[in-house]
Amino acid sequence: MSIDTATAAKVAKLARIKVEEDQLPALAEEFNTILGFIEQLNEVDVEGVEPMTSVTPQRLKRREDVVTEGDQQDKILANAPDAREGFFAVPKVVE
Amino acid sequence: MTDLNTLKIAEARDALRKGDVTSAELTEACLTAIEGAGQLNAFVHDTSEIARAQAAAADERIKAGDAPAMCGIPLGIKDLFCTKGVPSQAASNILGGFKPEYESTVTQNLFDAGAVMLGKLNMDEFAMGSSNETSCYGNAVNPWRRGNDETALTPGGSSGGSASAVSADLCLAATGTDTGGSIRQPAAFTGITGIKPTYGRCSRWGIVAFASSLDQAGPMTKDVRDAAIMLEAMCSYDPKDSTSMDIAVPDFEAMLTGDIKGKVIGIPKEYQMEGMPEEIQKLWDEGKAMLKAAGAEIRDISLPHTKYALPAYYVIAPAEASSNLARYDGVRYGHRAKLAQGDGITEMYEKTRAEGFGHEVQRRVMVGTYVLSAGFYDAYYNRARRVRALIKKDFDDVFAAGVDAILTPATPSAAFGLGEMTEADPVAMYLNDVFTVTVNLAGLPGIALPTGMNAQGLPLGLQLIGRPWEEGDLLNTAYALEQAAGFVSKPSKWW
Repeated sequence: MSIDTATAAKVAKLARIKVEEDQLPALAEEFNTILGFIEQLNEVDVEGVEPMTSVTPQRLKRREDVVTEGDQQDKILANAPDAREGFFAVPKVVE
Repeated sequence: MTDLNTLKIAEARDALRKGDVTSAELTEACLTAIEGAGQLNAFVHDTSEIARAQAAAADERIKAGDAPAMCGIPLGIKDLFCTKGVPSQAASNILGGFKPEYESTVTQNLFDAGAVMLGKLNMDEFAMGSSNETSCYGNAVNPWRRGNDETALTPGGSSGGSASAVSADLCLAATGTDTGGSIRQPAAFTGITGIKPTYGRCSRWGIVAFASSLDQAGPMTKDVRDAAIMLEAMCSYDPKDSTSMDIAVPDFEAMLTGDIKGKVIGIPKEYQMEGMPEEIQKLWDEGKAMLKAAGAEIRDISLPHTKYALPAYYVIAPAEASSNLARYDGVRYGHRAKLAQGDGITEMYEKTRAEGFGHEVQRRVMVGTYVLSAGFYDAYYNRARRVRALIKKDFDDVFAAGVDAILTPATPSAAFGLGEMTEADPVAMYLNDVFTVTVNLAGLPGIALPTGMNAQGLPLGLQLIGRPWEEGDLLNTAYALEQAAGFVSKPSKWW
């Protein structure tokens, strides 16, 4: 499997990271090095092996579906790059 | 009296309780040492005001006779831990200016025990790196040098600032985190001790997430006893971390008897890597001999899927990272890019993440995005998770066959020079974690401790891997090895 610049551009788009056009060939090459390394996994016989979901066999604990630490609007907005009137502010989303 | 900053936790605790020293004095000694060690670039955020207030409170508590072991002990805290009101940016520009409104569970546990925070420590950006060269603060530097050669060496990574600070006696101990070797590799590179406990032992709540199924916090200390004391203070069951284990935390220090007679130590043949430097082989052989002389049985074992651990890791860790780091979008905290006229929300995301993330982080997020993308999820991500199950089974099998602990080298080499790996492809850097990454994939406890030096006078470390939840037994085996190795060297001060 080889990654070309078009695939690299697609991955960058999916990851929401702006990559300049002239950087794409180098990025594709790095992906290919890493994926070439990962390809070794194809040598392993994984027939009948369940993909691991949790390293410790444990059932996740449940709790009541209630608010535990609510009413902290100020704290939640304290680090926002742009907060207005109790909300996070972002550029226009809907045309 | 020796310089107070060079004390170990146990020594300081005993002196504090006897009234021979105060936490305020210990704290000032460390702050002075930090001030004089700018060249190491270990501490990146100063919290001396908090430290002095905590020290004063600790002294009151000690006077009142209510003093847990960590009370009054000055520590460095890795920048990955969220500390309330204090910059916590995971060495990333994308978290520039971020001051959490909350405290991580591990630091809260330490503060509840009376520990003192001197400052925040350098690290690789989002803990992605093995040399502390991906940090937005610049490189942390290893206090050790190759004899009289002035080449600046890496303290390892990702907990490079923690390792440098403890090794140079800027603090009594430090917190670290370990996703693929980030406590153990830097500990080995700097001649200190570092333990990654069993997955679920320390709460991950409030620790900036890298790969959630692998991340664990642990102590980085001057010896095994200190590791036992500090680990106990860091561990707890925490309802805020759904993978935190609800079991009692034992008194690890009380388990340090040094008696390992009859213990079975496994030597995995697959760790005998091709081209392993002679000095590493020799160190490993010496370690075997020491444990044998202490009464342990040395047994050759096989962990057949070892070879596939790194490739599996470089699917699973980036996959989880791409998901975890999706939260850095320029909306809720940290950096937001300046936008051009007409830019919408997608441009805001893309520009913010391109400016805020460093190169290695971008690469891993994109690799993770790729292996999780439609059409490749099964071929890469699910296959890696299957291989991970086999790697864990390798360990389950040897433990079921009666092995108590496994002895391996901690790293494939001594500390290398900063910049020496820059030209190499990313995979060459990843190989630093070849001996440590299996332990994260299997969720096991692992400890690195210094047992020798190479010809250039650099420290070398061995790793012991234990059964899940048996950190006490593992620490005791490490204690026996430490006693036998008698490593006491310190870097000569040049900074």
